[in-house]
Amino acid sequence: MKQNDLILQTVTKVAAFVILLFAVAIFLGGHYSPGGGFVGGLMTSAAIVLLLLAFDIKTVTGILPIDYKLMIGSGLFISTLTVAGGLLFGVPLMTHVYHYIDLPLLGHISLHTAVLFDLGVYLVVVGVTMTIIQTIGESE
Amino acid sequence: MSLLHWAVLSPFLLAFIIPILYKLFRQIHTGWFVMILPIVLFTYFSRFIPLTKQGEVITERAAWIPSLGIHVDFYVDGLGLLFALLITGIGSLVVLYSVFYLSKEKERLNQFYVFLLLFMGAMLGVVLSDNLIVLYSFWEFTSLSSFLLIGYWNERERSRYGAQKSLLITVLGGLSLLGGIILLSIMGNTFSIRELILQSGELMDHPLFTPALLLVLLGAFTKSAQFPFHIWLPDAMEAPTPVSAYLHSATMVKAGIYLVARLSPVFAESGLWFWLVSIAGLITLFWGSFSAIKQTDLKGILAFSTISQLGLIMSLLGLGAAALHHESLGENIYLAATVAAVFHLINHATFKGSLFMVAGIIDHETGTRDIRRLGGLMQLMPITFTVALIGAFSMAGLPPFNGFLSKEMFLASMVNVLELDIFNMETWGVLFPVLAWVASVFTFIYSMIVVLKPFTGKLQLQLLEKKPHEAPIGMLISPIILASLVIVFGIFPNLLSSRIIKPAVAGIQPSLVGPDFQVHIAFWHGFQPEVWMTVGIIAFGILLYKTLQKWQKITQWIPERISLNALYDNGVRGLEHSASSVMKVLMTGSIRTYLLSIFLFFILSLGFTLYWKDAFKFDTGNFAPIGFYEIVLAAIIVIGSIAILFAKSRLTSIIILGAVGYTISLFFVLLRAPDLALTQLVIETISVSLFLLCFFHLPLMASRREERMTFRLNNALISIGVGVIVTLIALSAHSNKLFDSISNYYLENAYKEAGGKNVVNVILVDFRGLDTMFEISVLSIAALGIFAMIKLRATGGKDKP
Repeated sequence: MKQNDLILQTVTKVAAFVILLFAVAIFLGGHYSPGGGFVGGLMTSAAIVLLLLAFDIKTVTGILPIDYKLMIGSGLFISTLTVAGGLLFGVPLMTHVYHYIDLPLLGHISLHTAVLFDLGVYLVVVGVTMTIIQTIGESE
Repeated sequence: MSLLHWAVLSPFLLAFIIPILYKLFRQIHTGWFVMILPIVLFTYFSRFIPLTKQGEVITERAAWIPSLGIHVDFYVDGLGLLFALLITGIGSLVVLYSVFYLSKEKERLNQFYVFLLLFMGAMLGVVLSDNLIVLYSFWEFTSLSSFLLIGYWNERERSRYGAQKSLLITVLGGLSLLGGIILLSIMGNTFSIRELILQSGELMDHPLFTPALLLVLLGAFTKSAQFPFHIWLPDAMEAPTPVSAYLHSATMVKAGIYLVARLSPVFAESGLWFWLVSIAGLITLFWGSFSAIKQTDLKGILAFSTISQLGLIMSLLGLGAAALHHESLGENIYLAATVAAVFHLINHATFKGSLFMVAGIIDHETGTRDIRRLGGLMQLMPITFTVALIGAFSMAGLPPFNGFLSKEMFLASMVNVLELDIFNMETWGVLFPVLAWVASVFTFIYSMIVVLKPFTGKLQLQLLEKKPHEAPIGMLISPIILASLVIVFGIFPNLLSSRIIKPAVAGIQPSLVGPDFQVHIAFWHGFQPEVWMTVGIIAFGILLYKTLQKWQKITQWIPERISLNALYDNGVRGLEHSASSVMKVLMTGSIRTYLLSIFLFFILSLGFTLYWKDAFKFDTGNFAPIGFYEIVLAAIIVIGSIAILFAKSRLTSIIILGAVGYTISLFFVLLRAPDLALTQLVIETISVSLFLLCFFHLPLMASRREERMTFRLNNALISIGVGVIVTLIALSAHSNKLFDSISNYYLENAYKEAGGKNVVNVILVDFRGLDTMFEISVLSIAALGIFAMIKLRATGGKDKP
């Protein structure tokens, strides 16, 4: 099934990056505006899926040589560590802490351990979606 | 965490290090590293002897689940200490023996010692825990490690069979013990054994008392191989001999005895306890000794003899319960039964341990344990023979060995039963001494078989696999130490009486053992009935041993197919058959069938609940006004869903499905739920592309035409049913406001408590973060499952390209 994907490919080259950046933005902003690790992860996967549709699976694994199974593991690891981290300070599981700082250029910024937990969720979601899609897509 | 906690946990910690040591020092036998620990622990625990001698009790607490009242309380009293010393003492000897028994080149020593250490730690935990839940956890751990050790040579079919059998039976008992523990905790409102003992008087009248008693005893009987649950122990002999000596004779099988002894203060006043424990013990004693005679495998004989000796100890513990009803007597003769039980427990560990090691040596040096092939080894293995002789004579109850003393005490207790006038004993009591005496005759006979068959008679070298010679000295050290203990305890029994036995008895019957209670064990008490019984045992024993050939056939009068083993085998087979037939019906491999049954169940259970609870309610009171956009979107969804049913190709179906999904996300936009809208949008995108990918895997249609399923009435009914139920529930859920919504709490506290302005996200990562944690775990498992199923699926014998 050889087709002429020129338009799709050209658009994808720009669109994928826009989607990726947007995904990161809603991931980081999750605590204050719509978004978060789950949606951010899904959107990232959507960007990669778009790449997969426009190009073929070999090209994409060439561009992004990531083992998504490893990504699942590291995501779970980060989340678990964040959850368990409270134990070290003698507070119950899942206790989050946050702090506000003022940075030049970026302004008033909050640093929150929830972001670490969300990072785990993000990684797991991307890992899971991409593992499933890649596995099904690759299999003969 | 106190030193005591570390002592109990240390075997587990070492179990982590052993595989590393095994990898690093392949030249050194791993057993040497392991051996240090039981020796250190033995020394540590023997420091408690002077304390428990004075009746002191050492308690250490570490919180585990404080909110449920579960603490890891370790508690050293006379009884626990006796077992701890047995576990570590015999443990050291067994590890030393195993160093020479297991070859460091051929065996997977790392696994062996990890399992052994797991067992050692678990067993220490069982005998030192005060909290019943902690005790139960360790109890199951001993069953598991026993399973792993029996199946250690897992390439052998018999090992796997024996391992499975022991696991099924002991875990059955373990679960019943858990039931008993829960009932006890309901009655006494505590998991602590000591607190339960304090309230034992009130517990007696509780309606749950009898069920709890039965459940606890079931646990103890399965673990201690009491009739009719003894069948797993002979098959457990497939384990390497050091394991048989350690777990299946000296320690683990005595966990049941420990439990009965430990909980005696709670239950023993009941007549049911007295009857069950003593009768089960007596029957086991008799049946074990009787069955031992027909065995031809040396370890088989020892296994049945262990069963029988466990029965002996159990029956003594049962009789000891009678002591509680004779507090007025000056000299409490029934307390002597408990003393005898404790003393025999120690003696059994010494002589049976040495005999098992002898059996291992014979197996190691000749290549067989079949007594029909063995004979005349006396000249070739004089030291082994001496050890075997001491062990067997002690087991038979001959002077001057320790077995004689405890056997005499056992017989004396059985005779004393005749004077008992409680629990209908005046009518049935006479059975006790008779059964005990007959069983002792059989015990005498099998003891003689164990020592005389392999070592005397004619040496038949052609039947043996190896040319036998004396075992290496390292292998002999442990049995020699045990055999010397047999003699030392036999000649100086009072070395033990005040240091070990009295504190242990005090642990079993705290209400009776006062400061002036003394244990004194003597060789000669004059011409009491038990002396004549012993004389009779020896006379009849010799007579029957000489004529063994003539009557041995009688022992096989129960045909194999109606034996307990056949019952077990048929049970297991029946279970497998019924399980696989149920599986065949349910697991057809067709996802359509699965969905049908899932949805059918969904409709029936929810529909029934709605009807039964009268939960359906339709209240239009607080409905929001329905606007133009909502009507349009709802119409699109309905039309789209119906269109899917009539779509001609798969591609069309998927596109329509996607359209329905996107419309739903528009709904979220309308209802001002940007998070949900965003998520729904992306999910829809990804799932449509997943569907497209899955096209590849759908079976090719005949003649390239995509065929649709034909209309089926029952499928239609089920799908309509699901829709109706969901609608009804949605309407009822909206109309029934049983309690205030939690949303306000979230809205108020999201910023205050969690420092976030997006409530949805705060709920996800903070308020309900643990849910999210488990959700991503489930997602991960699902992804790995899909990966495994597709990438690693069976290739039908061919390797993948």
